[in-house]
Amino acid sequence: MQVGRKFMLTTSIVAIVLAGAPLLAQTPSQPPRPRPVRAPAYPDRPPADPAVLARGKALYGVHCNFCHGSDARGGEDGPNLLRSELVLNDQHGELITPVVQNGRPEQGMPPTNLTASQVSDVATFIHAFKVGGYDISRMTPPTILVGDAKAGEAYFNATCGSCHSVAGDLKGFGAKFTDPKILQNTFLMPGGGGRGGRGGQSPVHVPPTTVTITPATGPKVEGRLLRIDDFTVTLAEADDTQRTFRRDGDVPGVEIHDPMKAHKALLPKYTDKDIHDLTAYLVTLK
Amino acid sequence: MMTLRSLLSACFVVFPAIVAGQALDPALLSKPLGEAWPTYSGDYSGKRYSTLKEINQSNVKNLTLAWVSRVTPGAGTAGAGRGFGQSPIIIGGEGTGEAGGGGFGGPRIGASILQVNGILYLTTPDNAWAMDARDGHELWHYFWKTKGGTHIGNRGLGMWGDWLYMETPDDYLVCLDAKTGKERWHKVIADFNLQYFSTMAPIVIGNRILIGTGNDLDEPGYVQARDPETGDTKWTFYTVPMKKGDPGLETWGTLDGARHGAGNVWIPGAYDPETHLYIFGTGNPTPAYTNPVSRSGDNLYTCSIVAVNVDTGKMAWYYQVNPHDTHDWDSTETPILVDGEFQGKMRKMVLHADRNGYFYTLDRLTGEHLVTGKFSEAANWAKEINAKGQPVRDPAKDSTAPGSLVSPDNAGATNWPPPSYSPDTGLFYVPANDAYAMYYLTETDPRGAMGLGGKDEVGLGSLGASLTAIDYKTGKVVWKHRYPGTGGSLGNGILTTAGKLLFAGDNGGNLVAYDPANGKILWHSHLGQVSNAPETYSLDGHQYILIAAGDALYAFTLY
Repeated sequence: MQVGRKFMLTTSIVAIVLAGAPLLAQTPSQPPRPRPVRAPAYPDRPPADPAVLARGKALYGVHCNFCHGSDARGGEDGPNLLRSELVLNDQHGELITPVVQNGRPEQGMPPTNLTASQVSDVATFIHAFKVGGYDISRMTPPTILVGDAKAGEAYFNATCGSCHSVAGDLKGFGAKFTDPKILQNTFLMPGGGGRGGRGGQSPVHVPPTTVTITPATGPKVEGRLLRIDDFTVTLAEADDTQRTFRRDGDVPGVEIHDPMKAHKALLPKYTDKDIHDLTAYLVTLK
Repeated sequence: MMTLRSLLSACFVVFPAIVAGQALDPALLSKPLGEAWPTYSGDYSGKRYSTLKEINQSNVKNLTLAWVSRVTPGAGTAGAGRGFGQSPIIIGGEGTGEAGGGGFGGPRIGASILQVNGILYLTTPDNAWAMDARDGHELWHYFWKTKGGTHIGNRGLGMWGDWLYMETPDDYLVCLDAKTGKERWHKVIADFNLQYFSTMAPIVIGNRILIGTGNDLDEPGYVQARDPETGDTKWTFYTVPMKKGDPGLETWGTLDGARHGAGNVWIPGAYDPETHLYIFGTGNPTPAYTNPVSRSGDNLYTCSIVAVNVDTGKMAWYYQVNPHDTHDWDSTETPILVDGEFQGKMRKMVLHADRNGYFYTLDRLTGEHLVTGKFSEAANWAKEINAKGQPVRDPAKDSTAPGSLVSPDNAGATNWPPPSYSPDTGLFYVPANDAYAMYYLTETDPRGAMGLGGKDEVGLGSLGASLTAIDYKTGKVVWKHRYPGTGGSLGNGILTTAGKLLFAGDNGGNLVAYDPANGKILWHSHLGQVSNAPETYSLDGHQYILIAAGDALYAFTLY
């Protein structure tokens, strides 16, 4: 897949602390931004006449289903029809008809005695499937709960316990989530990229990354980190006043306080089993 | 001592003919990159190393803005001539234009910009412009009314004599008159009904226009040579086996799987005029994230560096950098051709930094593997490096139902932003990102998904992004400049020059000049964003640095 700007920007991680933890400033969760409506990149075919669709489905079931699958994505012997060049270029059966009527003996496809009108109905049925790789309607995730809760508890006590407590800040943590996948993503990177962190769904609260500036002369300045590069750093003070400092090498001193530091430090260390065990444990914290 | 500037001025007096016409002298394409920028990477080698050195370490601190110019994609806007009168707009296309205009999220120049005889030629999806390279005023604007297709970007134009060539998201090759922007013809280069989309900058080699396309629906990748006069196909090289008996078929489960195995070629390669080999990277196999029987095996020639003879369209050699990819990590990143010392001998090599986090040095005459290095510390998807130098995928790091924690994320440790190589330092430069994601398998059907379906990816952020310098002899990282902050992105590409300078956009919207020996910062300008790889050219004896920032183009120079 080619990658454009939207995919290339890895979310700059905004720090979060779990609900119940003492917080200085809590940023309210942002409502989801409306997405501009665009014409689809590849136009959908117009909706089919239900009567034609029903006839086509019946004929497909009898003549095609066994080899090409009930969803036309391929079966025992026949290929996936949805991504077939011939099917994609067919409009109303005109390309499909000769193949269905004559078969493809060299590839083991027998001829049929369907009429052109019947094949056109079959084509209508095949064309009614959505054609695209990323098909949300197929996303029915199986459970992700495969871990060992006891092992997860041991991992928690050894690794997470220095900052978190199941009797304190994480009391009832598992009850905050209906989807264990969101729970898992949340403990990995609270409020981080992807689901669970945005759109106001996350049951954890997001405090900011802060920064302390130490000028060559004068008092230190502290605030929320808004942006930083090699040349300037901008912070927002408690009253939202923004201040930008020019950076010349080590002057002024810049100290970033990233509340997610410990979570990030774990990313290179976790095994997938650790993650799955932790999830199995954390969902039990009702 | 005669300065470079006065030397160049002298050349101008002696050879006034070189500025008289607009036509591209094809001899320029094979020369080391200098005054002009006549092809995607500047020259055929892919190095993006310019021999210009008027701007150098001693004076780069004086670099200043020469001009800024904005483009407005679409049909409704004649260009702002700013005192030159309105520039003409030429409209073409087979569609209504409703689905397009400028690309994802508004106008963004993410292309290589040609500079030939004082004129810049640039693109966004569906749009091409000519601009005066001395002050940025618009000469003409061509707008293509699209039928649709994925408008993810356009990587620029190719030029042959007086003609320009542009690919469109709805799969046409459009030929324009460089003088007027008027269309000569357009030809279909891929089947829109099969959901191809075309973004590559055409590469002109002799009397061949090389093109490639993209696809996210399991359709086969290919490179084609087209006739520059007619647009007709001279040869087609498929990157996957298309029929019984084709080489590589044994690396697929079924012929149907191979024919729907992708390997699309959407970024230009490099060309070796001595051997007539066009050397390019191929995209990932599909379905991208699942492992149906139909694609069991290594899936040749996806995720490979491939050398094709431009005269015949036949493959001379290949090296697969990523057998049986399962993370949609295309290997299309431009390879760089380098002649240099390797283990005591001079060798002709090709260097490649891959989206998968690894760097490769190969012999470019034979494809022999020389070096594999790991430039992304975070990359955790490979079990080992095998005897051929290929990272061996750990199947446990495929997308799984309970989730796999994988680095790189889908965007990769690097991506299309062009790398660079400086013969002054012997180092290869690449923008790199250490990002993690959870990859969840959502497709339980053993037939697998289609295209990019079947997984849900949740980004966990980046441990940091860096400008990274790699020694091709060892594959080891020599220095890294880590961008400050708590995240990271991939940047937009790199330029090196004989002025001992490296130019690149950073993660904070700055154009920055670095010392290529050690990454020390020498100059910068905050533009708010940077959207393509910096370029350079020389006119009237003066060197310019050119950079795109969204819909704006900035040129810097010395006064």
